[in-house]
Amino acid sequence: MYVAVKGGERAIENAHRLLAHERRGDASVPELSLKQISEQLSLAVDRVMTEGSLYDRELAALAIKQARGDLIEAIFLARAFRATLPRFGTSEPVETGAMQVRRRISATFKDIPGGQILGPTFDYTHRLLDPSLAGTSAPEAPAAADSDAATDAAPMPRVTDILGHDGLIEPSPVADEGAPVGDLTREPLNFPADRDLRLQNLARGDEGFLLALGYSTQRGYGRTHPFVGEIRLGEVEVEFLAEEVGFAVPLGRITVTECQMVNQFKGSASEPPCFTRGYGLAFGQSERKSMSMALVDRALRAREFGDDVKAPAQDEEFVLSHSDNVQATGFVEHLKLPHYVDFQSELGLIRKLRREFAEAQGERDPQLQEAAE
Amino acid sequence: MNAPAYNFAYLDEQTKRMIRRAILKAIAIPGYQVPFASREMPMPYGWGTGGVQVTAAILGPDDTLKVIDQGSDDTTNAISIRKFFEKTAGVATTTTTSEATVIQTRHRIPEAPLQEHQVLVYQVPIPEPLRFLEPRETETRRMHALAEYGLMHVKLYEDIAHHGHIATSYAYPVKVNARYVMDPSPTPKFDNPKMDDCPALQLFGAGREKRIYAVPPHTTVVSLDFEDHPFERYRHEAPCALCGATDSYLDEVVIDDRGGRMFVCSDTDHCETRRADGHRGVQPEALA
Amino acid sequence: MQSVQEASSIGAAVIAAQSTFRRVMDATARPGSIEVIPEIAGAPAPLSQAAAAIALTLFDHDTPVWMDAPLASSEAVAAWLRFNTGCPIVADQAQCTFALVADASAAPPFESFALGTPDYPDRSTTLILQAATLTGGPELVLSGPGIRGTASLRVGGLPEDFVMQHAANRALFPRGVDLLLVADNHVAALPRTTIVTRA
Repeated sequence: MYVAVKGGERAIENAHRLLAHERRGDASVPELSLKQISEQLSLAVDRVMTEGSLYDRELAALAIKQARGDLIEAIFLARAFRATLPRFGTSEPVETGAMQVRRRISATFKDIPGGQILGPTFDYTHRLLDPSLAGTSAPEAPAAADSDAATDAAPMPRVTDILGHDGLIEPSPVADEGAPVGDLTREPLNFPADRDLRLQNLARGDEGFLLALGYSTQRGYGRTHPFVGEIRLGEVEVEFLAEEVGFAVPLGRITVTECQMVNQFKGSASEPPCFTRGYGLAFGQSERKSMSMALVDRALRAREFGDDVKAPAQDEEFVLSHSDNVQATGFVEHLKLPHYVDFQSELGLIRKLRREFAEAQGERDPQLQEAAE
Repeated sequence: MNAPAYNFAYLDEQTKRMIRRAILKAIAIPGYQVPFASREMPMPYGWGTGGVQVTAAILGPDDTLKVIDQGSDDTTNAISIRKFFEKTAGVATTTTTSEATVIQTRHRIPEAPLQEHQVLVYQVPIPEPLRFLEPRETETRRMHALAEYGLMHVKLYEDIAHHGHIATSYAYPVKVNARYVMDPSPTPKFDNPKMDDCPALQLFGAGREKRIYAVPPHTTVVSLDFEDHPFERYRHEAPCALCGATDSYLDEVVIDDRGGRMFVCSDTDHCETRRADGHRGVQPEALA
Repeated sequence: MQSVQEASSIGAAVIAAQSTFRRVMDATARPGSIEVIPEIAGAPAPLSQAAAAIALTLFDHDTPVWMDAPLASSEAVAAWLRFNTGCPIVADQAQCTFALVADASAAPPFESFALGTPDYPDRSTTLILQAATLTGGPELVLSGPGIRGTASLRVGGLPEDFVMQHAANRALFPRGVDLLLVADNHVAALPRTTIVTRA
């Protein structure tokens, strides 16, 4: 008996009810608050804000809760909400040189003005599961900084600026004040893309995808000889130039992680040898992301430096077209949708091809043809 | 918290204007894929976001909307999209093809002939017909600019050399208004002839790939073929078991694990309308 | 938090824009058909009803607009457009997304506008021509996509060499400009694909 597919509406409603139930889990376990998520799963919140392109800890926490901890699903929720927000304009560039730094390391110099600050990091932790965290924990208060006013007030120039003084690294490109800043959420991406759009794409790009691509450049697929010039984490001011008042007004402070990679460049016929840059910036504490982004940014500048474009990480169309996990997950998962109309067409075709194959074989071997029928 | 608030038909007005401008250019250049700044929709890419954005940009309170997936109004994704517009635009919906002013579809063109006042909106996963022959957008854009479609003909001809006929059964490429080669979306090639000289406006939305294209009413749409190997519409070997139709596209339904099969209309409205008119197939009682 | 339903307020402007767009879309999809555009209040002369409604529907920050002398010389028109749509007003015809022409008979040559490129033929100007009439002028015979057989349109107040210019525009296909012809609250379209001859 053939049962036509009916009652889909009920099925959807019931599935959503079941999802809500499973999301809550055992009702005897206290429910997570958004504060708990944003305070205690803060790196998950940072990733959702970064790849969701939406700086709002509370909404990101809500998205994580609603997505049952599936971060790509949470990023998708944040993006879909963001898409409905009006766009008022472009902020002034954030001045990371003036960052209130909480962590800052350089792999290129042992000592740098302002010093190396380890900050809150998993680096040098031994990855041993800590049973004491299974219950309630009361960690020690953080060590207080030296009350040495000199270090507190010490300026923390960016390492790339220090290199820049000697002309050893390419100058940071000067922004054209008048030129509009590209926005791939408002204009479809065309190729070749300028660096502003590439960086925007990478900032929104999937951490895992960029990690793998960055890793591939280290293994020789588009090698760039990278050094971590500097990674800094901290708070920066965001300012918006309001036409009506004529000057930049502060909108608030955001936490960002910036990574500047310093890469070797042997020079060309017209350019002397110097170091080149790869840049990464992400919301919150997102070190793996900003490092991977910086590696891929430099790899994508291959054309600019006359590098041979041979490796996936250097291939702009390939990287930019596949970096977005919301697009990728949608298209991969759409294979769950019914395709029986196409499949029926293919079924008809395969049957026809097999029949023709058997007939052709049969001309040579009548027994085989019988077997096929 | 920033409490989310949404506009009529979900999209904000600025987005609608951008999509509307793209639609007008698409109609003016039949078969050409207009890039547009596709938005993140509250449903996944690949699940009809392009079609949904086009529908949201054209839909008004006087419209009657029909949504089909695989020819059916009752498939879960069709229901989900229909409910989305009921909720965000409050429009009337229908399952009857002739009553709809806007029909959003995935993978089928309805069997009932479309009419002048109707708009058919296709959900498109990969809008570029040349994509599987040339993965680079920069290259395929050039080929369209020069109307350089040799690669497609070579591919189809290789099929003929290998199989004796063209081995493309769905998403079968067409040429629109004698200029652009276009992907009709993954409809079975059975549906291709319905696109030619169609009285309704046909709009195509690809959200993930950020393209909109169109076929105006009464425009020539020709399936690519060769003089010695003309285009052939797929023919089913059986009539619909429920309504007896011999001219509709059929779904094959597996009814047991011993090789039992039956064939029924993929267009559920077409089948129901025919049965209501008294048409019967060989197993009309098979419907539970 | 509000649900989608609670928040979907049907503003009159939202509905007017949708309705105007559908008329323009129908006109473009069916060259020669004359569509009636919902009335709007407050458009300053010499901007016509239909041109103003189309501006509200399609213009914004992203669409540079060029205007001919009668419109450009009206401070009220520029102020109305800027306030209601936010569109930049430009002096260079080749850079505009839309061109508003109050005096269609003196319209600049079509090839002086943005014509698109072979790669991106969509990046071309849409001209909005205010004609004297869409029904009482000399008959034009139309054919091409969107038209079953032939259609006819009686536009008054077009340039002398309109048929020739439009043929030259069509010969550029897929590049070329697209025309929206308006009179009072009526609109008709001649996209670049339409073949236009004198009756």
